Amino acid sequence: MTELTRGLEVREGSFGVHGSPDTSGYGGLRKVVSEIPAAEPPFGSWFDKAVLALSKSLKAKDLMPEQVIEKVMIYRAELTLMIAREHLLTVMQSLRDEDELSFEVCLGVAGVHWPEEQGREIHINYPLLSMLHNRRLSVEVALPVKDPRVASVTSVYPGNNWHERETYDFFGVIFVGHPGLTRILMPDDWPGFPQRKDYPLSGVDVEYKGAIIPPPDERRWYT
Amino acid sequence: MTTDYAPSIETTEGTVFNLSGGDWESLVTGVEGEQERIVVNMGPQHPSTHGVLRLILELDGETVVQVRPGIGYLHTGIEKNLEFRNWVQGVTFVTRMDYLSPFFNETVYCMGVEKLLGISDQVPERAKTLRILMMELNRISSHLVALATGGMELGALTAMTFGFRDRELILDIFEMVTGLRMNHAYVRPGGVSCDLPPGAVEKIRATVKHLRKSTQDNVNILVGNQIWLGRTKGVGYLDLQGCLALGVTGPVLRATGVPWDLRKTQPYLGYERYEFEVQTQDTCDAYGRFLIRLGEIAESLNLVDQALDFLEPGPVMIEDKSIAWPAQLALGADGLGNSQEHIAKIMSQSMEALIHHFKLVTEGFQVPRGQVYTAVESPRGELGAFVVSDDSTRPYRVHFRDPSFSNLQATPAVGEGGQIADLIAALASLDPVMGGVDR
Repeated sequence: MTELTRGLEVREGSFGVHGSPDTSGYGGLRKVVSEIPAAEPPFGSWFDKAVLALSKSLKAKDLMPEQVIEKVMIYRAELTLMIAREHLLTVMQSLRDEDELSFEVCLGVAGVHWPEEQGREIHINYPLLSMLHNRRLSVEVALPVKDPRVASVTSVYPGNNWHERETYDFFGVIFVGHPGLTRILMPDDWPGFPQRKDYPLSGVDVEYKGAIIPPPDERRWYT
Repeated sequence: MTTDYAPSIETTEGTVFNLSGGDWESLVTGVEGEQERIVVNMGPQHPSTHGVLRLILELDGETVVQVRPGIGYLHTGIEKNLEFRNWVQGVTFVTRMDYLSPFFNETVYCMGVEKLLGISDQVPERAKTLRILMMELNRISSHLVALATGGMELGALTAMTFGFRDRELILDIFEMVTGLRMNHAYVRPGGVSCDLPPGAVEKIRATVKHLRKSTQDNVNILVGNQIWLGRTKGVGYLDLQGCLALGVTGPVLRATGVPWDLRKTQPYLGYERYEFEVQTQDTCDAYGRFLIRLGEIAESLNLVDQALDFLEPGPVMIEDKSIAWPAQLALGADGLGNSQEHIAKIMSQSMEALIHHFKLVTEGFQVPRGQVYTAVESPRGELGAFVVSDDSTRPYRVHFRDPSFSNLQATPAVGEGGQIADLIAALASLDPVMGGVDR
């Protein structure tokens, strides 16, 4: 059985094989998969201004920016703000309404399951677009898998209605305040949340020219 | 009252009639006088619902009171499947999502992978130009289908025959270059799978010349046509505020007068070198979107010509041997495969080349830990790819923000309050492709 869960973890060996006599030397490989590190100011480009504008707007709403913005990540010149989950809706409101930010369009929400990250297993990522300033940024929230609740942003971005239903459908994230949080792509009575890492892909063996090919999630893979 | 054809049951909400394959008239007589609304399932197999889409309509006579789109009939789990294949294999999956614009799916995915690898600027110029060439041809073929099916749904059958006739010529080019009419898997991380075959440039030039004339047929029969105007003008109204709130992009957004086209506003792959006009209209209706698609077909024909002018000899795959697919692909009698020279080399000349080929093809390359969002302007709007890697040979998570998915969400906004026949026109003008909606 192939290991299905891999997140922020330490990997040993290669080929996904453990406990067998190793003559290749690959068994000694050790690799640590780490989180994307937090960026330190100054962030460069327009990022500083945007983070400052957001902080100012949060202060006006009697919130401490350092408690709301958990982390600023800059990767491949893309800005991602890690937001504490209880403040998501406030942040989205500020990002849309402040003149200096003006992120008019939310391009949906995507979930990622990191089973190894205790208490923050499910990440959800909202890419935002400002047509006025021609900028993009992402807002990310981490949720515990045991209580995957977060405020729905449909009151700020109505277009996220179906996207949140999709993320509920595949990751089981409960968007509180959503007008009708039901499954959207899977059948209504489907059990489980298919895109979590502990949900198997499943499949059947296929015979090809006499050889048996196992389903994709049981094939050998290379770390 | 009850009849054999339309048995009724009493509920707390009043009498509910169930009609199955019977006499419509007996149902109407039963309902008349009670001022009830009728709930009708349009689809999931109705010919004018653009694929396997189900619309749950609440009707008051001919007026649509409420529309609820039901989707998911074409869900194939592509995003989940990607997590169990290596990065290059992913291309063969994503090309099947929005089946009318395969090159856009492939390109946005590959741009995401290249961004994660940090090799975006090492992709050879010729490969970038080939991607643009194929994408613009694809934009024409996709818009032709939008016009064809949209026309057919409104009863303009000749528009359908013209549209599909012209699209076939473009699919012939795709077949010549990639080996397949659809589902090409042509764009690969680091470049494209193979160079243009001999004679392709001439064929594309000739086809573009021909299409300039033949696409005018649809212009001639539809633009200004009184019946077409009557069916599309003022129908499916969605203004700028509605578009932004619902995240609607593409021709629908441009029909509100906003020249938002990612090729111009956030150029990628060298679009800044090309000369073209962003098509806009300010009518916010189905007719405006139709005109925009016609305009974009003409602009894309020019872009194809420009791309051919920009083509310079050179490699079509990145130089870095740890990422580049080891073999040039060549078309054989049974489709696309490894070129014969490559097979001869690895089987009888170079042991190292064989090992290299084997490692890269079976194991794949590693992509460093990170996450990126890339977007391209597909024929239907912003197609985005959110790609996450956990430093391994397989994608950790890939999510596609398909424009059809977001645009289809606007169906109630464009359809409610109008006639049931106008709903068809409004839906056609959104141009959703269910393969992209459901993925």
